[in-house]
Amino acid sequence: MNAHAHADEHFAGSNKLFISIWVWLVALTLIEIFLAYVTMPIHVMLTILIGLSVIKAALIMAYFMHLKFERLSLILTLVPMLVVCILLLFVFFPDSYRSIGLRYQFKQPQPVAPAPVEEP
Amino acid sequence: MSTEARAGHFPAVDWDGGALPYRVGHRKLGMWLFIVSDSLTFSALLIGYSYLRASNVWPTPFPFYPSIVFASVMTFCLLSSSLTMVFGVSASSKGDKAKARKWILATIFFGAAFIVLHLIEWSHLIEQGMRPFYLPEKWVQVFTTTNGVPPSPLFGATFFTITGLHMFHVATGVIYLLVVAGRIKKLKHEDVEISGLYWHFVDLVWMFVFPLIYIMSVDMHHLLAAAGGH
Repeated sequence: MNAHAHADEHFAGSNKLFISIWVWLVALTLIEIFLAYVTMPIHVMLTILIGLSVIKAALIMAYFMHLKFERLSLILTLVPMLVVCILLLFVFFPDSYRSIGLRYQFKQPQPVAPAPVEEP
Repeated sequence: MSTEARAGHFPAVDWDGGALPYRVGHRKLGMWLFIVSDSLTFSALLIGYSYLRASNVWPTPFPFYPSIVFASVMTFCLLSSSLTMVFGVSASSKGDKAKARKWILATIFFGAAFIVLHLIEWSHLIEQGMRPFYLPEKWVQVFTTTNGVPPSPLFGATFFTITGLHMFHVATGVIYLLVVAGRIKKLKHEDVEISGLYWHFVDLVWMFVFPLIYIMSVDMHHLLAAAGGH
């Protein structure tokens, strides 16, 4: 139980701070909904949306999940290996582009040659 | 180990036993490790979905109402539930268990609201004829390319799998929090904090599911509406 005394430290962060984080999260969500109706290339939209989501995830982890107030060693144990493992999954994407090229030909259909006139 | 080493912050002392190297209890560390592994589960599912989406013709059928309105309100519910959970943990850290219980019950309310809204949203899609392995007739007509390539029927499979697994996590979280709220007088502060970690993680996952599943599948040009309703 003595060992537990360390963990029972007070919970850092004021309610005002948490409310401001919540306001940020709601604002970023509203930006995402707005972006849904803006015309732009899909990869640009995807990049912006993932960027906003990573910011939101970081805010939740840092403040709501209290990681900002934990020991650096805990953060370094958990976060980098997770990021590396997720990035490793991206190795599949070249194959998905190869696969769509194999299955579908997104070209205009070849004009049908006129049927040869039968020689009498 | 010698007190000298301890006084000099010799790091090996941390691993000698009887100390908490991360300054968190073993249960909290366990929850963090579970969260890391569960993040990988969701990442794999979302990347599998992206893989299918990049290698197929993909329908973008979600109208502003009901889909996006429902999903946005659901996002708001989850974000608010995270805030009430933080207030609960904060009250618990000050030893105010009764107040902590009230905030946790508010969290449960928002979580339950999320599940109810999500099920209504699912029922809209199921009524239209969306199933895990085929699309409604209307969607196939509208989203077939000019070259005659039809949209992938796996839209439903990815949608129901990812949102379903997330909904299962929310439901599990609601049950978990009910237990925590019920037994809060007997629990240590750290146990309340651990339940908060799980709840925030469920919120965090939705921050990726919402843009990738909903925002990226918006029927921007009102193709379905133009083709005679949803």
